[in-house]
Amino acid sequence: MRIHVDAEKCQGHNRCYALAPELFDVDDYGNAVVIGDGTVSPDLVERAKLAVANCPEFAITLSE
Amino acid sequence: MTVYEPPVSIYGPVTDWATDFDHADPAYNRNAHAIWGELRDTCPVAHSDRYGGTWLPVTHETVREIAYDTENFTSRAVVVSTVVPDDPAPIGGAPPITSDPPFHHDARRLLLPPFSPKKIAEWEDEVRILCHSLLDAMEAKIAAGEPVDAALDYAQHIPVNVISRMLGFPLEDDDIFRGFVHDILESINGEPEERIRSFERIDAYLLAQIEDHRANPRDDLTSYLMDVEMYGEKLPDNMVGGVILLLLVAGIDTTWSAIGSSIWHLATHADDRRRLVADPSLMTTAIEEFLRAYAPVTMARLVAKDHDFHGCPMKKDEWVLLPFPAANLDPAEFADADKVLIDRQENRHAAFGLGIHRCLGSNLARLELRVAVEEFIARFPDFELDGTVDDVVWSVGQIRGPRELPVRVPNR
Ligand code: HEM
Ligand code: SF4
Repeated sequence: MRIHVDAEKCQGHNRCYALAPELFDVDDYGNAVVIGDGTVSPDLVERAKLAVANCPEFAITLSE
Repeated sequence: MTVYEPPVSIYGPVTDWATDFDHADPAYNRNAHAIWGELRDTCPVAHSDRYGGTWLPVTHETVREIAYDTENFTSRAVVVSTVVPDDPAPIGGAPPITSDPPFHHDARRLLLPPFSPKKIAEWEDEVRILCHSLLDAMEAKIAAGEPVDAALDYAQHIPVNVISRMLGFPLEDDDIFRGFVHDILESINGEPEERIRSFERIDAYLLAQIEDHRANPRDDLTSYLMDVEMYGEKLPDNMVGGVILLLLVAGIDTTWSAIGSSIWHLATHADDRRRLVADPSLMTTAIEEFLRAYAPVTMARLVAKDHDFHGCPMKKDEWVLLPFPAANLDPAEFADADKVLIDRQENRHAAFGLGIHRCLGSNLARLELRVAVEEFIARFPDFELDGTVDDVVWSVGQIRGPRELPVRVPNR
């Protein structure tokens, strides 16, 4: 699975970085970036879903 | 100690919440959840003639649409009051909160780095030390048999102290800052002349602080703002002052209210308090749930041009309240919206707004709120309201939270 942040939608609420720091980092302006190519290992799938479920801007998507 | 005095409306008491609402009527914040619930079912975009015409959307859908629509709604003025400021769009009097695109983006970018999550995390120890000293003082009062108040003795001191340190302002001026914030956010329906005079007082104070920093530059946010460049030039003093005022106004009452409401919940829901004390790993979801259920901040916009909004004929320069707290309680968006679930897993609440104006201080606010609640329940695992819910005094205006919150801590 892969996680993706839509930079146009992200407003830097930082929920993703707080909930899944293994998957997301933040830049100097507080906007989110995925770590690496966004591949989610099986043990982190729940975390990834949690990030999706808590992004107020619907900026995060999880795909196969 | 300042005792809280709710301001009085020049429009008189509200007679009907669907057609004559006034968010500055003392009954509004006290009964806000019931008022929004009723309006959601009967009149999702209410109108009142007060303040020259004000709209009140209460669903998540309408609040979200307005927050994202910077064409039809301007942020030129964001505090509903009897005086519409004359600062024109797109800059407004206190960038970036009063700014519209495209200027907004550039002004906001200047401020983002010092408020980024990693920069803010550096303040955690200081916030904790501050909370300890406030709790020590509360404990001393309890030992002396004196009453204690979680808003007056605790919550209200935390954000003002932290932002004064960040700005490099005299810590002993905290009463002055709270006075400014009160004048701006709560004395919104008094005589216009008094409002203008209070703005003049605030400007004079801030310019003096800027002069002091010019004479003695130091490593703080004020010097950072005086040094930073926009379009290749330093910011004029009045803009530096405007940004500082914004940080004071946006950071103090808001966070104080969030801390107070969270403690209010724990004081009135013993089961949640015991659960959180027993299992600190619930803190993350609990804090977000308190932010959702007791979101303190309602913003506002001015209608930028005549248009029809969900069947409502909105006229240029009418006010629109933007109650993120009401959006957070909309059952169309949240399961069990009216229940406070401290382990809620899915929580896309809008306490910090939606869209381009997302609270710039959200990382700081979350830090202060979490540390304040952690330290409070660590020191007082057992506490309850001293008196009844009627002894709690709620703020008046767009920021909602307890201003007096008497608590009783059983003898240990
Ligand atoms: C729990 C506490 C807080 C809450 C609930 C809160 C809420 C909000 C909301 C809803 C907005 C959106 C405004 C809009 O849409 O027009 C906002 C903006 C803002 N907040 Fe906060 N706030 C809090 C604490 C703070 C703190 C501690 C600071 C800084 C010291 C701060 C600084 C700002 C600034 C500068 C903006 C304007 C951002 C922009 O327009 O781009 N806030 N806040
Ligand atoms: S939670 Fe959403 S808006 Fe916030 S930083 Fe992550 S992606 Fe961006």
